[in-house]
This record gives sequence, C-alpha cells and structure tokens, in this order.
Amino acid sequence: MTDTPTRTEPADWATDQEVRWCPGCGDYSILTAMRMLMPELEVDREKTVFVSGIGCAARFPYYMNTYGMHGIHGRAPAIATGLAMARPDLDIWVIGGDGDMMSIGGNHLIHALRRNVNIKILLFNNMIYGLTKGQFSPTSEVGKVTKSSPMGSLDTPFNPMSLVLGAEASFVARTHDMDRQHMMDMFRRAHEHKGAAIVEVFQNCNVFNDGAWEGITKKQNRDANLITLEHGKPVRFGADDEFGVMVENGAAKVVSVADVGEAAILVHDENKADPSTAFMLSRLSRGPFEPTPIGVFRAIERIEYASSSTTQLAMAHNDKGSADLAELLRSRGTWQV
Amino acid sequence: MTDTAPRELPLQELDEVIIRFAGDSGDGMQLTGDQFTSISAALGNDLATLPEFPAEIRAPQGTLAGVSAFQVRISDFAITTPGDAPTVLVAMNPAALKAQLHNVVQGGAIIVNTDAFNERNLEKAGYDSNPLEDGSLDGYRSYPVPMSQITRDAVAEHGVKPRDAERSKNFFALGLISWMYTRPIEPTMEFISTKFRGKELVIKANEAAFYAGYNFGETAELFESHYEIKPAELPSGEYTNINGNTAISWGCIAAGQLAQLPIFLGSYPITPASDILHDLSALKHFGARTFQAEDEIAAAASAIGAAFGGALAFTTTSGPGIALKGEGLGLAVSLELPLVIIDIQRGGPSTGLPTKPEQADLMMAMYGRHSESPMPIVAPRSPADCFNATIEACRIALRYRTPVMLLSDGYLATSSEPWLLPDVEDLPDIGVEFHTGYNGTNEDGEGIFLPYLRDPETLARPWAIPGTPDLMHRIGGIEKEDGSGNISYDPENHQKMVDLRAAKIEAVDVPDAEISGDSDADFCMLGWGSTWGAIDAALARLQKAGKKVAHIHLTHLNPLPKNLGELLSSFDKVICPEMNAGQLVNLIRAKYLIDVKPVNKMNGVPFTTAEIESAALEAMDAS
Ligand SMILES: Cc1ncc(C[n+]2csc(CCOP(=O)(O)OP(=O)(O)O)c2C)c(N)n1
Ligand code: SF4
Ligand SMILES: [Mg+2]
Repeated sequence: MTDTPTRTEPADWATDQEVRWCPGCGDYSILTAMRMLMPELEVDREKTVFVSGIGCAARFPYYMNTYGMHGIHGRAPAIATGLAMARPDLDIWVIGGDGDMMSIGGNHLIHALRRNVNIKILLFNNMIYGLTKGQFSPTSEVGKVTKSSPMGSLDTPFNPMSLVLGAEASFVARTHDMDRQHMMDMFRRAHEHKGAAIVEVFQNCNVFNDGAWEGITKKQNRDANLITLEHGKPVRFGADDEFGVMVENGAAKVVSVADVGEAAILVHDENKADPSTAFMLSRLSRGPFEPTPIGVFRAIERIEYASSSTTQLAMAHNDKGSADLAELLRSRGTWQV
Repeated sequence: MTDTAPRELPLQELDEVIIRFAGDSGDGMQLTGDQFTSISAALGNDLATLPEFPAEIRAPQGTLAGVSAFQVRISDFAITTPGDAPTVLVAMNPAALKAQLHNVVQGGAIIVNTDAFNERNLEKAGYDSNPLEDGSLDGYRSYPVPMSQITRDAVAEHGVKPRDAERSKNFFALGLISWMYTRPIEPTMEFISTKFRGKELVIKANEAAFYAGYNFGETAELFESHYEIKPAELPSGEYTNINGNTAISWGCIAAGQLAQLPIFLGSYPITPASDILHDLSALKHFGARTFQAEDEIAAAASAIGAAFGGALAFTTTSGPGIALKGEGLGLAVSLELPLVIIDIQRGGPSTGLPTKPEQADLMMAMYGRHSESPMPIVAPRSPADCFNATIEACRIALRYRTPVMLLSDGYLATSSEPWLLPDVEDLPDIGVEFHTGYNGTNEDGEGIFLPYLRDPETLARPWAIPGTPDLMHRIGGIEKEDGSGNISYDPENHQKMVDLRAAKIEAVDVPDAEISGDSDADFCMLGWGSTWGAIDAALARLQKAGKKVAHIHLTHLNPLPKNLGELLSSFDKVICPEMNAGQLVNLIRAKYLIDVKPVNKMNGVPFTTAEIESAALEAMDAS
C-alpha cells in the first residue's frame, strides 16, 4: 500500500468480466461515468470496495476492478456498515436499484443514513423491477400497469429525496444517466463527503420501463423540466433562465422570474442545517413530467459513525487501560481452592 | 424478636443444600441469590445456580406472573446441576409461595415473609385461604418471619422513609440465610458498599436489614440449629463464578486475541442473548466493536461485511433472530467467509417462552437455510464450557472459512458455576494468515488471484481482505466458478461447488466422541448441550445403584465425531434426553440407522437428574 496512489486510467478500473446488462440500458453510462471518475479521485483500487444487493443495478461490482461484494437483496447498506466499521480506511460504495434500496432494503437504507456511516450509496432508480422482469417498484407511479399490476398499481410511490431527507441523510444528491459530467460531479461530491452520502440516479430501463425519465432527461425537455441546483445560486431554469423557484407558505413553487422579480427567487444553500428547504425542493415535482431538481440537495457536516466507533474504542482503551485477557477472566472476583 | 442473648445453637453439618429465593420481580431476589452464591464460592463450596425470570419486566406486583426466583445449590462435593428440587424456599410473598411450593422437597424448609400475607396479596396470588394457617404447609418445616416489619424497624433509626425501608427486606432474607448456613458477614458488607456506592442511606439501610436478619436467626427461638457445608474437594487453582453468556462474551474476546484479529459483533437485542451484546459493548477497551443493528437481518449482514474486511465477526441472537438471519447465513455459506452465529435457544415457536430454555433450534441450525448450505455446529455443555465452545467455533470458522453455529440455550446463559480459570498461555492458537499474493497465472503467464482456489487439506478458500494490493476480487451469492470465483451458471460447476461445500464441512476436524461411565455397558445415554449436567448426575446415581451405564455427550453436532456411529452401535440400547421433540434422535437415526430412543421434555424447565434417572431405568427395564 502506497501513500500516493498510483495514477490510473479508466481502463484500469474495468474487469475482464463481460458486462451483461441489456444493450442500451442506462446502467452502462453510469458504469462509464464511474470508471472515468476513479482516476480523477486519485484513490487506490485495492482500497476501494463496491458492495451491492440484488437487481440489474446490483451487478455493478463485477465490472469494477476493485474489491467487491454482490450481496443479497436489500442488505447492501447493512453489509457495507459492518465493513465500514471494521475497516474505516476503505472507500466503500453501495450500489442498488429502487427495489433493492427502498422495498426490501428500505429499513437498512434509512438506518445507514441516520447513522451517517461513511458509505456512498448510489440508487439507480428506473422505477421498475428490472431483474425480475418488470413488476412495479416502490417508485412506480400510481396506476402503473405491469405484469403484477394488470389493472394498474395501487401503491403511492416513494419520493426518494423526501424519504432520505426524512432519514437524516447528511448528503443528498440526484443526477441522471444522460449526463455523464453531472454524474461524475455528483459522485465526486459524494466521495468527498464524510459520512453517508446518497445519490439518486434517474436510470433508464429500456426493456421494462423505456423512456420513463424522458420527460426530464431528453435533450429537448431539459430546458423545461430540468432544474440544476447549484450552491449559492438562485434556483433558475429554462432556455433563458426565465423560470425560477420560490418558497411561499412553506412550499416551493415554480414561478416566472419576470413575474416575481429576481429577489424573490430562492438561493440554494446545500449546507443549511435545517432540511426543510431541501425537502420543499424534493416536493417540487410529482413525477418526470414536471420541473424536477437535480444536483446536491443537502450537504451538511455531521459526526461520522464508523470513526466515532473507533474513537470510543480508543477512549475505552485510554480509560480502562490494558486489554489483558487473564485480567478479564478475573474481573468478577476469584477465589483459590 | 426476642431480647434474649445469642443462643448457643447446635451446628449441623450438611453435604449440600438447595435454596430457592422467590419473590416479586421487584424484590431483588436475583441480587440476593447472586450474593449468597458469591459468598459460598469464596468459602470453597461447589455450586450451581438457576435463575428464573418472569417474561415481563414488571408484571403486576404480587401476581404469579411476577414471581422471580433464584435457585442455588451449594455442596461439599462436585456437582453438575443446580439440583432437582429446593430443600429450602424463601418466599417473600404469597405468589412466590404458590408458584414455588410444589417444587420443594417434602420436609423442606419454608421461610416466609408473613407481613406480605395480607388479604390483598393472598387474593392476587389466587389463595382462598391463608396457606400459613390452613395446613398447606403441613409436611414442611415452616418458619414464619415478619420480614417487612423487622426490616422497617431496623432501618428506621437511619432516617429511611418507611416506603423505602421495605426495599431492604431482601437483605434481611440474605442475612437470615447467611446466619443459617454460617456464611461470613464481611463479604456482604463489602458488596453493599461497592454496589450502592454514593448512596449512603441505601448502604445504611441494607446493612441494617442484613444484620437484622442475621441476628433474628440467632436470637429468635424459631430455628433448631444452623448449618455448615464444608468446602468441596475441587481441583486446586483459581476459580471464578461464571454464567454461560459471560463465558461466551469472554470467549469472543479470547478468540480475537488468540487469532490476533479485531472482533466485531453485529446484534439486535433479544432475550436471552442480549447480555452478550451488553458484555461485549462494555469491553471496548479489548477492541470489541459492537454494532446494535436495526434488525437481525442487518446484524448478520453487518457481520458478513466485517468478516469480508478481515474481522473475526460474530452475530448473536435467539431462535426468532436466527430465522431472520437465514438468508444472510446462506450468503455466508456461499461466500465462504469466517463467521460465528450464536443462538441462545429459548422456548418457541414465535415468541414462545422467551425466558425459558429449549434445545429445539438444532434442526434449524442444521437445515434451516435455503438449498444445501451445510454449517458446522458446536454446542457447549455447561456455563463455563461456553468459553471453550466459543473458541472452538471460532477455530473452525477461521480454519475452514465458514459460518459456524454455536448453540447455547437460556439455561446455560443465565445459570452459573465455578470455573477453574485456564492459563491463558495454554489456550489454543487459532490464528490464520490472510492471503497476500497471487495464487495462479493466466494464459499469458501473469500472476492472478483465484479467490476460490482451495487449500487441498482443508478445502478452505483464501481470505484476502480489501486493502491487499493486486488481489482485488469480487465475491457474491451467485454461483461461482471453482477456482476463479467468476459468476458461473454451468450445471457441472454447480454440482461440483455443492459437493465441495459439503465435503469441506464434512471434513472439519472434530475430536472423537468419548464415553464417560462404563464403556463396556450395554446401555448408553446420548446427549448434547445443556443436558450434560443432569445426565452426568444421573449417571453417577445409576452407577451408585449398581447399574452399568455409559454417557456420550456431543459438543460437535455437525459434523458428528467420526467414531460416533461405531461407538453407538456397541450398545444394546441408547436413549437421548433433549429439550425438543427428538431432533438429535432424528439426525442419528438418519445417519447411522441406529434406533436411539427419545426422551423429550419441552416445558421450559431443564431436565432434573431424577427425570433422566427414571427414564434410563425405564429404558433399561423395557425389553
Ligand atoms: C430475498 C429475495 N427476494 C426476491 C428476490 C428477487 N429479486 C431480485 S432483484 C429484484 C428487484 C430488482 O429491482 P431493483 O432493485 O429496482 O433493481 P433493478 O433490477 O431494477 O436494477 C427482486 C424482486 C431476490 N433476489 N431475493
Ligand atoms: S432489464 Fe432494464 S435495468 Fe435491467 S439490464 Fe435490462 S435494461 Fe437494464
Ligand atoms: Mg429498479
């Protein structure tokens, strides 16, 4: 292990395993973004671990030339928590789909976030169960017709950003699979964050839910429906930045800048301790047909879990001194026969 | 109380006594029993304890459901059980008497707190008439003592409020029993002042109550004599009194040191396993990293993650938790990482009898996972043996890179016995090396790492942890190609991997089974886990009565000792007492086609020696 990481190329981060996603799947572009980012992060491959659950998204670790574990459905955040606690020296990424992370693994996701374990979670949201061939997922819209919901799904979907903000996440961001540079920026920011980071990636499943995000991500729709959040800047969008977001009566809403005046437009502050504004931003859009923010919703500093557990071990060692086994066996009193 | 000067009472020597302290769960009976145990241990008696808790934290006061009891047996000879039936019952209220009287031997001593026998308490306990007056105690030696009143009087002078005064009555009981069995006073005084440090009033009150009880015994003309129990002849050395859960916690710490690995515990609280989480959480200075997970699924998953990272990882729980961990354990089998799963079995199914023991998770440990996922199983036989068994489970897990199930139960967890402390230097070295270099070459002759290339001797795969340069690799639950570990759906490869995983576990080096008692007997008692004490005691009684009997006790349940089939087939008859409906019997019958006779008990109470003795006699007589 060297102190200065060896310089790498994107190709160094690829394995010899054949990538087996369907041709045209959005997962490919996420993989490319990750492989391109890695050399820029100047990290060691052997110090990097990808942990995943089950699903199409969760195949990701097989394609990164790092340490990796393809775990079980939904449990990746929990596996990664144990790994991060045992090995605070590692860079740990957690990859999963919307079903993996928010259905079967919803519990682990929220707890990993509230604990602020130093893991970087990428949630590939394609609003469908891909691997099991197309059932509705916890992010599918009400009325979604799938094989398991022939008359339309009855379930109200999760809004992933609202959910994770409610779970005390200290870093919350969103990006989409059609913008490599933005993905790389968001992944980089997640990597820089100390604690749990979650990045939702709008991902196209071209087999079972093709075009689900098109209303936002397609080039011709971006002006109208894609709001790029930037720290310290007014939240504006549109071909000529003619639209903006303002907060009124405890809710964020889209307005015409000309109507309200520039001063009324919300200036984005990702470091705000109170998550309410970030939450309002997460509620701006009800689905991929309305103006929807991407970017960093929230990035605050909060005590990190694994290193805190190490601190407690050190404190205990300082307070109680030596870890002598023979002494331990005598710690509840002894007698001689 | 009388004012007479101390009387000279005859001192009678006893070889043993079995005392059961019983009261309301708020009465401090566990503390009283614990302290009596400590004093007796220091005097050199052999001993065994059996606490009994209600399932509710504070069941309604004065009710049967709220009775908490602590049985302690002290003796001047070596013992292996806390005794079948108490010879002395201390009952702090009517509910305690009602719940426990039937356990007491005929002619046994019943010491009751008469102050608690008022109409309300009698009614709550379900008594129509006062058992102290209606002849219920005929056939016992009963000692009515107004414990509450005397305690109140004794502590009053220290300015303790009458309401708080009552709380000290367990120390009155302890004082009285200490007098009866000639236990020294000083250790209890020391105990009181350390335990209640900083609470001067409480210390004064408890001391006063203790002395009041002690003096009451001496002066009240109620007792005919007091008793002495000489030290037992135990192997010489340094002893501590230990319960099973603490022994497991210390076993985890020891295993970490022996393997020179950091230890990690992922756990979710559940009775009767939580104390291991508590113990290890308090041993952070030993490097014990504990993680209270959001559920058992996460507890198991986190331990798998920690094992991947190079920790000696544990996950502790009881039956319902094992059910939740099941999927993760399948992953651990497939990943072939070391992991120790600790199941403190309790009555079930479902919530069942959460504070009572059972041995009914054996089949779940053996087969309770999807597909073919063999896993070694180790079961401790006594509270102190939990220490060794934990180290043994870790040894197997590390050497074979496999999850291992440690099956203890609620009886071992909470009962205690003196433990001759091992010399730390004599504990086994269970360390293994991490893999750090290439173990194969590709077509171009370059070094590569094959994460599933097995050690030819143990069939274990290399354990290469993140951070190791050049050995980056991916593992997962999808079937892996033998050697390379790459995803493989090849039918023949899957067959091979199923076979390899089975062969690896089947070849785990477990010691041969040993016979205790008469190896040339025709009759054998086969047991596993916590039934050891009672079977061993029954063996002694049967031998004393002139019977030829053998006893085989299994610590390793998977794989079974290689010589077991041969040993068992040398007997005409084999019985197997177990606290389930015949689970080991089924395994033995299936594997060896030997018709072992089941002796089953599932009422939440461990086997008594007498029960096993009579089952043995019956089986021997049956043709
Ligand atoms: C315990 C368990 N239950 C169910 C499954 C089947 N299963 C595999 S992936 C999946 C859903 C995948 O959806 P998602 O997480 O959104 O990932 P995607 O395939 O869409 O990337 C399901 C239900 C499983 N592997 N394990
Ligand atoms: S099913 Fe959908 S998500 Fe899965 S690989 Fe194919 S396109 Fe991608
Ligand atoms: Mg999906």
